[in-house]
Amino acid sequence: MTTILDPTDERVPVARQVTARTGDITGVIGLLDISKPRGNVLLDELERLLAGRYPGVAIRRYAKPTFAKPCPPDLRLKIRSECSVLVEALAD
Amino acid sequence: MTAAPSGFSLRDLTGAARAFPTGRPSLICFVKEDCNTCNLVAPLLEAFHQAWGGAADIWMLGQSADGNAILKDRHGLTLPILDDSALRTSLAWGFEIVPAVYWIGADGQRPAPLEGFVRQEWEDLARRIAADLAAPAPAVAWSELPDWRPGCGSKHLDPDIHDRLLAEAQGSPIRARQIEIASADDVDEFMFDQGFSDGLPLVPPTPERVLRMLSGTSRDAQDIVAVVPPNMAPATVEKIAINAVMAGCRPEYLPVVIAAVEAVCTDEFNMHGVTATTMGASPVLVINGPIRERIGMNMKLGALGTGNRANATIGRALRLVVRNIGGARPGGVDRSTLSTPMKFTMCFAEWEEGSPWDPLHVERGFQREDSVVTAFAMTSGPVQIVDQESRGPDQIAGTLGLGLEGMFLSKIHRMPVDALLVVCPEHLRTLTSEGPYAKARLRDRIQAVTTRPLREMVANAVSGAGIPVASAARMSEAQLSAPAAKFASDKHIHIVVAGSEAGKFSACFHGWVTGPAGSAVVSRKIEC
Repeated sequence: MTTILDPTDERVPVARQVTARTGDITGVIGLLDISKPRGNVLLDELERLLAGRYPGVAIRRYAKPTFAKPCPPDLRLKIRSECSVLVEALAD
Repeated sequence: MTAAPSGFSLRDLTGAARAFPTGRPSLICFVKEDCNTCNLVAPLLEAFHQAWGGAADIWMLGQSADGNAILKDRHGLTLPILDDSALRTSLAWGFEIVPAVYWIGADGQRPAPLEGFVRQEWEDLARRIAADLAAPAPAVAWSELPDWRPGCGSKHLDPDIHDRLLAEAQGSPIRARQIEIASADDVDEFMFDQGFSDGLPLVPPTPERVLRMLSGTSRDAQDIVAVVPPNMAPATVEKIAINAVMAGCRPEYLPVVIAAVEAVCTDEFNMHGVTATTMGASPVLVINGPIRERIGMNMKLGALGTGNRANATIGRALRLVVRNIGGARPGGVDRSTLSTPMKFTMCFAEWEEGSPWDPLHVERGFQREDSVVTAFAMTSGPVQIVDQESRGPDQIAGTLGLGLEGMFLSKIHRMPVDALLVVCPEHLRTLTSEGPYAKARLRDRIQAVTTRPLREMVANAVSGAGIPVASAARMSEAQLSAPAAKFASDKHIHIVVAGSEAGKFSACFHGWVTGPAGSAVVSRKIEC
């Protein structure tokens, strides 16, 4: 992780690149609960649907310690190293 | 249970200052207007205030000033609503979620906050307060409230704000937005992708490097040096330091960069016009005074070219400030037809010690011991003026004049446009071979050798530029025969000395639109 300081007047958000879409669902799917209440309900249902429709894929569950802060670097690294795709639930 | 809470003094909606601790038991609740759960608890807090306001202070601390007024009107609140839109108190109290409510009883101790809304917790809180105050609890229809509602992330934890707040609290001079680049990403590529670069690689402006850069000036990092066109964005010392890091500057160059930013961000210099013109103009910086030696600038061999870090990076830092803070991007406000490599960098020092003349900054009213940056808006250059044969002073002065005659187009004269002539040491030696040769005499000579009858400016079959044929037809023979020197005034001819002691090659830079409608030369003292 490298941190740099923004050289601009900060009127425009920093643009982050969107990962290229593969067009299919394969490999390991991560389901990230941001720890807002009932996020698990949404993800449980999603896991059930994915498992039914794509029996070949593996599903792993993750949770942020708190929704109020960015995902800790260690957890990000873990998800990145273990998953092909990540679904993040922003449930209330 | 934690230690006594951080004190604060904040203004309520009437503008009155309210300080905490108050000496009475207090219920402090942090809220933000766009949080549904905060809106759920607002009427509860009002009920608490109505019941217990005589014995305790029931305060809401809102995280936006506009939002506080909206909350008051929306819920008909009478309890004090304090403005923590600066979020410093939120940061100091250290909760994560709003609403965050603290009951500070007579012991002055701060318990862990209740965050969000859990009905049972709030009922327990009401019972606790009633017991502590020995006063009856207000009538609240608890059963009509939901069992729980999650709160929202507190505004002070917004990643775009949190670093700045933390830096303020820790006394760090850094306030700029921090951008985290994942270890798997390429930092250089990221900066290119963000458009931070002039096309060449950049030094990543890490906080550590920027702090080192800031050590190059005694100015406060948050001082606003200038408002940078075209976006009219404020350039703090910190923002200039960030761009100076990216350009490759050393900390001791920073005062020069700051002075250069001050110079070009003036109405007189008109950086907006210099940026926008299709002609392609850019600042040429000339540095005078003791700082040249102190930071190792090049004023001799290759002074206008590559190889010297100070020359190269000071000019580049200025360009990056205009690009990144001012928002001047080619294809955006920068509409240059061909542009110029001077838009990467153009900065050099005058070899004052190699010159018999007053240096540029002294001519412009500064003391010789001042360090000064002078900015010229130039469209071409350096254009070589080659003469290896002349041996007489007026001959070489004549050559320099003829070299300048090509500015824009050789047939166009009486130009109210600045030029910057860089006289090389060998040409200077020839100029002064028979005794002193004042700058004024050189200017006169330039004007004399470039004087042509006005009729040579009339459009013709060779070139349609110049005086239109129809206009010339209305002019008398005497008018057409009037002498026309290259420059409308000799004040447009600026002269400095630089270069190696071997080689009969002077150079000139050609200006842009000079004067109030365009750009004027601007000098600024460098505060070291």
